[in-house]
Amino acid sequence: MKILVCVSKTPDTTAKISFNADNTEFQSAGVQYIMNPYDEWYALVRALELKETLGGTVTLINVGTADDEQVIRKGLAIGGDDAVRIDAAPKSALFVAKQISAHAKSAGYDLIMLGKETIDYNGSEVGAMVAEYMDMPYVSYATKLDIAGSTATLMRDIEGGEEEIEVDLPFVLSAAKGMAEQRIPNMRGIMMAKSKPIQVIPAVPFEDLSVVTSYELPKAKSGVKLVQPENMDELVRLLHEEAKVI
Amino acid sequence: MQSNTSNIQKSAREDRYQHHDYYGIDELLSEEHLLAREATRQWVKSEVSPIIEAYADRAECPTHLFKGLAEIGAYGPSLPAKYGCGGMDEIAYGIIMSELERGDSGIRSMASVQGSLVMYPIYKYGSEEQRMKYLPKLASGELIGCFGLTEPDYGSNPSDMITNIKDDGDAYILNGAKMWITNSPVADIAVVWAKDEAGIIRGLIVERGMKGFTAPEIHGKWSLRASITGELVFEDVRVPKSNLLPNVQGLKGPLGCLSKARYGIAWGAIGAALDCYDSALRYSQERIQFGKPIGGFQLTQKKLAEMITEITKAQLLAWRLGTLANNGKATPAQISMAKRNNVHMALEIAREARQIHGGMGITNEYPVMRHMMNLETVLTYEGTHDIHLLITGMDVTGFNAFK
Ligand SMILES: Cc1cc2nc3c(=O)[nH]c(=O)nc-3n(C[C@H](O)[C@H](O)[C@H](O)COP(=O)(O)OP(=O)(O)OC[C@H]3O[C@@H](n4cnc5c(N)ncnc54)[C@H](O)[C@@H]3O)c2cc1C
Repeated sequence: MKILVCVSKTPDTTAKISFNADNTEFQSAGVQYIMNPYDEWYALVRALELKETLGGTVTLINVGTADDEQVIRKGLAIGGDDAVRIDAAPKSALFVAKQISAHAKSAGYDLIMLGKETIDYNGSEVGAMVAEYMDMPYVSYATKLDIAGSTATLMRDIEGGEEEIEVDLPFVLSAAKGMAEQRIPNMRGIMMAKSKPIQVIPAVPFEDLSVVTSYELPKAKSGVKLVQPENMDELVRLLHEEAKVI
Repeated sequence: MQSNTSNIQKSAREDRYQHHDYYGIDELLSEEHLLAREATRQWVKSEVSPIIEAYADRAECPTHLFKGLAEIGAYGPSLPAKYGCGGMDEIAYGIIMSELERGDSGIRSMASVQGSLVMYPIYKYGSEEQRMKYLPKLASGELIGCFGLTEPDYGSNPSDMITNIKDDGDAYILNGAKMWITNSPVADIAVVWAKDEAGIIRGLIVERGMKGFTAPEIHGKWSLRASITGELVFEDVRVPKSNLLPNVQGLKGPLGCLSKARYGIAWGAIGAALDCYDSALRYSQERIQFGKPIGGFQLTQKKLAEMITEITKAQLLAWRLGTLANNGKATPAQISMAKRNNVHMALEIAREARQIHGGMGITNEYPVMRHMMNLETVLTYEGTHDIHLLITGMDVTGFNAFK
């Protein structure tokens, strides 16, 4: 089994989010970064479990600048064998998918795994785009994955339930909660990761189709309004005029 | 140690701690340091924070964490990989201790005793057979160790200890008692310091089950309640000669281990201080009195500003000490200075942070009072606050003021 796991860097869940003066760029100063949890806890850990039972290799791929190496190194400390970093800022989902597939095309992976989304932009786009570029089947939001021979059996979340799917290798999948349990790297793993190779390759030329024009923070949540049970008219008025739901 | 994690109740309260690095000291750290910190923090957030208040409340040691500490590699991380250890540098070791103590000083104590006071002497003063026999099992948590130096009548003054060994053919006969021994009631082995017939201090590895050896628990502690403490009692215990640590004689044996552990405490205390500061800062932004967050009042700001100033100084002291230690240049007196300064700083911050939390600060809804109580032990063990001052005093004046 030759598995490719896509990993990206996201701000820590406790980070304060702000933008530059004209709201066109995220302010990264002082922000602590982590590996995107869906990539780490679900995609990477399940990939490592498969490697442990079926044999093979787990390669990490990241589209990012040198700052991302810490996140890559963590993946190697958890158990990845080697890594590829495409040396470019990840401008858009399409750009990232293009770069990943440009590497993966000739590398002969049996399985390409990534998290169902990143916890910053929550796009959920890269997986499908990689599958399209690779001309491979795509299974999204997978919560369970087993492989026998060249066939994989998966469970995936669907609205109000679950779906069981069978698909032939190779394919692309995005992992959701339930796929595996978090693994914390240990000190020996961290030391071993130091000597695992990270291959840095330049990005392939690519014309992006979209640009971000501006960012905006969600409005601060207003407090709860309490309405006495006998004051139905007031409740209706608030629902109509303020909440605008009726 | 058997780990049984299935019936551990975890609190749903979230540990919202975020690191504070006011002077950008992270830029002085390597990738491996940052990863060691992240991994330890992740472990503390998922394994320690959800259970620590309940265990401290019951004055019970979460013994299942001995295995977890082994799994992340918290035992002897700077000892060589050949013995199942991490092979990391001294700064990484310090960072791990800091993150553990951010969770609880008792949890950090579990790890620093095992790593610095049990594994380190076996590594440093033991034979290769002793290293191979004990170190991998101690690193993996299969064996738990403790360190016996302090006696009921000899604390700050261990050189007058009365625990002793007598030559008896292929064994030594060990007699005496040790007091205040972290981990002793649950330990499989004890590194014990005793005087031989010539009055020279020697180190021995005493194993649980040896006839005449008991380790009763000490109860009633208001500090380090999640760490188990006990005695070591030896009544004509026959210890095979092969269990003597061959490569050290005299007080420099135990003092060498203490230097290692004190070094870890100098870093560890910063963790407790950071947790108190983090909690106080957040509370000051959320708690409203007189119509505004209490963080908006000058007196609260004075407390918080002084806290982060002191933490930053302690971080720099620890980093510099770590750099010296990596080059084998940290002197015991330099380690004393950092231990004394940083623990005292942490205790002061815990007290100020307690005030910022008002009445809530005395409850276990917040970690502050637990840290404060823990730090009273940390101020005293591994050389008291005053003893470390005398060490600095002696170092700078050349006069011994101990006796
Ligand atoms: C929870 C806990 C865990 C511990 N774990 C261990 C362990 O694992 N292994 C171990 O060996 N020990 C352990 N200790 C013991 C600890 O190291 C001692 O408590 C410490 O060294 C102080 O000794 P003492 O308590 O006998 O105090 P004393 O030495 O009696 O000191 C009492 C006071 O007198 C002061 N004093 C003493 N001599 C002088 C002097 N010359 N000049 C001025 N002031 C002086 C001290 O500073 C202190 O304030 C632990 C202690 C505690 C509380």
